[in-house]
Amino acid sequence: MKAKIKVTLKNGVLDPQGKAIEGALGSLGFSGIDHVRQGKYFEIDLKSTDKAKAKAQLDDICKKLLANTVIENYEIELA
Amino acid sequence: MKSAVILFPGINRERDMARALEAVTGHKPAIVWHTETTLPKVDLVAVPGGFSYGDYLRCGAIAARSPIMADIRAKAARGLKVLGVCNGFQIITEAGLLPGALLRNSGLKFVCREVKLKVENTRTFFTNRMKQGDVVRCPVAHGEGNYICDAETLKALEDNGRVVFRYAEGTNPNGAMSDIAGIVNEAGNVIGMMPHPENMIEPLHGNTDCRPLFESLLAA
Repeated sequence: MKAKIKVTLKNGVLDPQGKAIEGALGSLGFSGIDHVRQGKYFEIDLKSTDKAKAKAQLDDICKKLLANTVIENYEIELA
Repeated sequence: MKSAVILFPGINRERDMARALEAVTGHKPAIVWHTETTLPKVDLVAVPGGFSYGDYLRCGAIAARSPIMADIRAKAARGLKVLGVCNGFQIITEAGLLPGALLRNSGLKFVCREVKLKVENTRTFFTNRMKQGDVVRCPVAHGEGNYICDAETLKALEDNGRVVFRYAEGTNPNGAMSDIAGIVNEAGNVIGMMPHPENMIEPLHGNTDCRPLFESLLAA
């Protein structure tokens, strides 16, 4: 099974990298861009074939390492 | 006062920290590699600065999950004194020993310069030789020292004097909320700070403003 995990900053958490990208897009002449937020993306290959178990394990993985839940949210997609 | 300095791959301030601890306490600290599972018998654990694991994932995130951290966490819960400086602050915060998180500096740049630190709480093991409101000079060198926490945590920190150090006189180098440079946990035995007091204790450093912080360890 393959998991795709997105980790993003929570709303209200300052994202200076997103801001810098936003500025650079402006410099390149892209118009109509309101906000840019930068996040992280992980692909994990799992041996498990049990979707529920995999989901529970990935949830644990996100909480314990991939995301800092003080400042970040995470989304797990299993395929 | 016996101490240990924890060493992770990518840490680079362990000698500065060990030298400062030895200069003031008279004891050479034990250097403990991160794969150890048990700390030696010490009164203080210092987690020094650097770039553990190249700041991969998040600053301090990988180091915070090292084998030695389980013993540090267990002993800190029983009162062991822990001092985290710079990357060490990030590591112990990622490990859950302190609340909040340290984000990218608001100015996006790595900042390496001197700041002014106001001592806001003199009842800690690292500040008991200071006077309330003392302002000391201290260097910083970090790219991710922008302290953040939720409103409830901030209130708890402020109401209970848990902000130990604040950037003073407009020297906040990173955008940290409420100019927070260093905090202490609820029990008072874990302190984390972004600035490097170990680099301002000898005349050759240009200034000895931060020596009393280390001298505080003798009374603690």
